[in-house]
Amino acid sequence: MKKCVAHIISKTQLCEGIIDMRLRTEAARGARCGQFVLVFPNDPSRLLGRPLCICQAQEDCLRIVFRISGRGTQEISELHTDEKIMIEGPLGNGWDVSAAAGKEVLLLCGGIGAPALLQLAQDLCSIKGKENGPKQVRAILGYRDASMKAFLAEDFKEHGAEVIIASDDGSIGVGGNVLDAAKQEGIGADVIYACGPMPMLSAVKGYAREKGIPAYISLEERMACGVGACLGCVVKTAEKDGHSHVNNARICTEGPVFDASEVIL
Amino acid sequence: MRDLSVSFCGMKFKNPVTCASGTFGSGIEYSEFVDIDKLGALTTKGVSVTAWEGNATPRVAETPSGMMNAIGLQNPGVDVFIQRDLAFLREHDVPVIVNVCGHSTEEYVEAVKILSDREEVSCLEINVSCPNVKEGGIAFGTDAKSLFSITQAVKKASKKPVIMKLSPNVTDIALMARSAEEGGADAISLINTFTAMKIDIYRKCFVLANRTGGLSGPAIHPIAVRMVYEASKAVKIPVIGMGGIACAEDAIEMMMAGATLVAVGMMNFHEPALMTDIIKDMEGYMEKTGLERISDIIGCMHG
Repeated sequence: MKKCVAHIISKTQLCEGIIDMRLRTEAARGARCGQFVLVFPNDPSRLLGRPLCICQAQEDCLRIVFRISGRGTQEISELHTDEKIMIEGPLGNGWDVSAAAGKEVLLLCGGIGAPALLQLAQDLCSIKGKENGPKQVRAILGYRDASMKAFLAEDFKEHGAEVIIASDDGSIGVGGNVLDAAKQEGIGADVIYACGPMPMLSAVKGYAREKGIPAYISLEERMACGVGACLGCVVKTAEKDGHSHVNNARICTEGPVFDASEVIL
Repeated sequence: MRDLSVSFCGMKFKNPVTCASGTFGSGIEYSEFVDIDKLGALTTKGVSVTAWEGNATPRVAETPSGMMNAIGLQNPGVDVFIQRDLAFLREHDVPVIVNVCGHSTEEYVEAVKILSDREEVSCLEINVSCPNVKEGGIAFGTDAKSLFSITQAVKKASKKPVIMKLSPNVTDIALMARSAEEGGADAISLINTFTAMKIDIYRKCFVLANRTGGLSGPAIHPIAVRMVYEASKAVKIPVIGMGGIACAEDAIEMMMAGATLVAVGMMNFHEPALMTDIIKDMEGYMEKTGLERISDIIGCMHG
């Protein structure tokens, strides 16, 4: 593996502060759903790569959808088509697709968590009804309000997922968060895959435990190396982790996807 | 053929480039990116007698031309380290410098005794300068008398050359270098990170869970050069120079200031292949300037 160049093919703003970027890069090759890349700002005073989830990947084409959350992502968002940026990846473990075999799958996407689940939705829908595939794929996409324009909802639909939209203020879709929507709409599931803000993931963990179903969650943390060497990005684990031999797992390497029952949020 | 080799503590290293402890693990993860056998030496992340959990997250934050970290020396303990990490390194052709940490003199001595029996280990680097643990670490490295005593204790327990890793968070680095030398150190390495702080002004909270963290990266490089110069002038033992090295020019500068070996730290995160690039570019510098032996520039600014 090596750090490599990515050429920007297209860039659009999906809503205020959320950027959709397509890149041509060898870092896309062999990427699995749920993995991430480090994207390095070109400004030489910003030296660490930004860990951004892979929204979609096919051959040499990588799609990232990210929120502008600081100066680094601001700089990346200002790049134009045909400009270059350095990328490292694909990194991390990715989603466990096999856990969906024969199951009714529920994807819970909280705000900027949605991009981390799109490739999974696509992969699951492509094997839906088959022996190793899920019985059903439903996605609840939660937004703050209508101003977020239900970004990516159409993409989930396009790939064949049944989509329910929720918003905190009820200005679009069902009022409330993704779990409120699941309860209100009476949506059952045999397995949950979720990504979103920490309070949401904590609630998902509790919900899955209560229902006695498995839940896989994708976590984020401030990272430095992204490959498991620096131990900067860890999450507390219920049991001693096999690599660290303490109750910490590396989000960049053992994660970013974890079985919710194995981590302490 | 230009000669990149250097002599260090009675050993000959194929080139002067190693990694700074904690930035490269034991090389297992980065061996996917870089041929670790090309390094002059590989310095492992700090290891203690028993496993340490480290600090709460966030543990890292970017700063202008650098970063802060407060990992807190999380490590699996010396037994796992020997079974897994040293076993991996045994299969490679690279001298191993093992960084050792502890909460007390006894813990340092115990780890040193266990590790200095291992034939895979070339030298032991004693971390008395970590700013992110409450006991041990920097407490030993910022007081000249404590540094002298722990150096003596560790040296007595070790069958391998002992490198004392110094903190820059001191008034007089030359005094600290001399204390280590007088305690019997075979070498010193510097600088560890500067204690620093970053505040999120919107959330009104510290960015790192530990409140403070160690600052590293190119931002500190000129200070590191000055401290390596002052420390190396004060002692006769060899010095490993580190602090924000980002290219061959920085490494050569550090050697001219007095370093025999140079260590690349946080910049490994920016470019995993950086150390081998630096080795290549050092050779380019030698070609360009007609330098035959890299060792000829060590401390050439002391004059």
